[in-house]
Amino acid sequence: MAVITMREALNQALREEMLRDENVFLMGEEVAEYQGAYKVTKGLLQELGPKRVIDTPITELGFAGLGVGAAMVGLRPIVEFMTFNFSILATDQIINSAAKMLYMSGGQFKIPIVFRGPGGSAYQVSSQHSQALESWFAYFPGIKVVMPSTPADAKGLLKSAIRDDDPVIFIEQERMYGTKGEVPEDADFTVPLGVADVKREGTDATIVARSLMVPVALKAAEVLQEQGVSCEVIDPRTIRPLDIDTIVASVKKTNRVVVAEESHPFCGVAAEISTEIMDRAFDYLDAPVKRISGADVPMPYAKNLEALAIPTVEQVVAAVKEVAYLQ
Amino acid sequence: MSKQSQSSNSRAAADERNSVAVIDADAPDQDQMRNDHEAVKKDQKRHLADYDRNTLVELLRQMLLIRRFEEKSAEAYSMGKIGGFCHLYIGQEAVAVGAISAIRKDDYVLTSYRDHGQAIAKGMSPDAVMAELFGKAGGCSKGKGGSMHMFDKSLGFLGGHAIVGGQIPLATGVAFASKYQGTDQVTLCFFGEAAVNQGAFHESLNMAQLWKLPCIYICENNQYGMGTSLQRAMSLHDISQKAVAYEMAGEYVDGMDVLAVKEATARAVERARKDHLPTLIEVRTYRFMGHSMSDPGNYRTRAEIEKYQERDPLKVFAATLLEEKTISDKDYAAMEKQVQEEVEQALRFAEESPLPEPEELFTDIYANPITSGKML
Repeated sequence: MAVITMREALNQALREEMLRDENVFLMGEEVAEYQGAYKVTKGLLQELGPKRVIDTPITELGFAGLGVGAAMVGLRPIVEFMTFNFSILATDQIINSAAKMLYMSGGQFKIPIVFRGPGGSAYQVSSQHSQALESWFAYFPGIKVVMPSTPADAKGLLKSAIRDDDPVIFIEQERMYGTKGEVPEDADFTVPLGVADVKREGTDATIVARSLMVPVALKAAEVLQEQGVSCEVIDPRTIRPLDIDTIVASVKKTNRVVVAEESHPFCGVAAEISTEIMDRAFDYLDAPVKRISGADVPMPYAKNLEALAIPTVEQVVAAVKEVAYLQ
Repeated sequence: MSKQSQSSNSRAAADERNSVAVIDADAPDQDQMRNDHEAVKKDQKRHLADYDRNTLVELLRQMLLIRRFEEKSAEAYSMGKIGGFCHLYIGQEAVAVGAISAIRKDDYVLTSYRDHGQAIAKGMSPDAVMAELFGKAGGCSKGKGGSMHMFDKSLGFLGGHAIVGGQIPLATGVAFASKYQGTDQVTLCFFGEAAVNQGAFHESLNMAQLWKLPCIYICENNQYGMGTSLQRAMSLHDISQKAVAYEMAGEYVDGMDVLAVKEATARAVERARKDHLPTLIEVRTYRFMGHSMSDPGNYRTRAEIEKYQERDPLKVFAATLLEEKTISDKDYAAMEKQVQEEVEQALRFAEESPLPEPEELFTDIYANPITSGKML
């Protein structure tokens, strides 16, 4: 298998799926001539042409809604947000149109659309350009939310998202585009939505982590292994629908769990996962579920302050020690 | 002003009509009211020869059907048979009927939450619409959408949408898809004048003209966004002129004249089908009822409502056809009877249709549900 970056893996997924199905088209700001603000769409205009790869005006609500309308009559749009921060302008169309169309039409109009782009914390761009929004979207029935943490997952999950008949929010961690990993080259390679992945097996504690927190959790697990604590790292990969079974099975084995996320803690995904674990595996828990979240503040610009707002390996290590009563 | 706008056929008439200050008048001038009524009829009579009798009769029948359907809806609502919001189309029938009569069966229509009229004009059975209002399983959306969310995929009726202006980007996308798929289908997008103040309107029109999309934007200017008059909400009242900002063709048309609406739409349809060009049509109309069933409409004077009722699109068109002997009094009475029966039948169908099964609560959320041991 070739070792490529997350950026290249996503590019391969887009290219392969657009070659596979001519109803798939890609639109967004700077996706075509500029080759993508983050170069995820590099080369696609040249290969697939301007009918399939479309530069939009800066008009998020408009082109998100245009995509949903096109999906109502048989196209399969991929709508890129230059960053998910700008998706906030488009939420009416994502939530009120895409998520609810199938239901309120009594099953008549499915909306096969992917909204994708970078999200989560970026590097020193302050509050409006650096935030995790997955809990917003995951709140709504009718939407699927996907967050890959490796290049292989990114490719396989994006291909599945494009083939899926429902609206999918696909959040690529902005700091991880350069992350490298092995990626299968088979054009039929996909990763199913709604299936968690055990990123590391262990016996003493479970760390549930997604997106940017997966490498943090894996590093923490290495540190803890050296101290004699064996951690299992579970990456849900899909936030909605959530593969709670895989998480609960791990908790039943380890009896201790830390849920790590970079988003704000209040009404966050970790809160939901914690409740579900307590609902389904309370009797197996030897300690209360511990959450590690990003600081409950707008993201600051200053490098030192920004670093304090994002969960660290040290925080995850300390949290595991807390649930293992090792402190 | 763009070349396209200058070429719009009804511009001169629009200027003349605008000068009578239709929005402002408080006290009805009886002579003026009669003049307006006669003026519309005169216009219509001039154009009758352009149509065969069946077409004219069908336009009248559809307007009458929508009127009686909405009256029955109001009755059922006050009896508690219909819940939630219920926005009636009474007074605006000429818009949906005129515009939709100018497109093909395989063309698309999207509209706002005031959607009963468009649904029926696009060919939906009053049975399915009334059952949807009743929240019954036999409704077009299986009782999950209600008054504001009528849908019929097989007829190209792509919904009632309940966020003001929300359907405008959607319709633009439907038109985008027609062009992408290489068909010559066109999309009609109806919305009220209040939606024009939403960003969605401006974002959509910009893309539609930029990318040459076959979408026809029909602004039903009934002059009130709920209880707020156009004057209190919009800096530029001549909505058709907003097309100029996008180099789009714009037209103004009298929404109380079903033939005028049909003709304006037909011009836009030709532009859309042949050249993939969008059009903005402002249709000046008036709703005779409140914004919804719960709105007593205290913000309008009785005199103002009476002024427009004198120009009632149904009354005017019926008078035109009767005076020109296109139909006889007997024909009209028979039509009225047939329409009444159709509406009564819809009511019976809705009454008799079963409630949705409780299991329906959890269906139609995902087209590809992932359920095995997962939280949805």
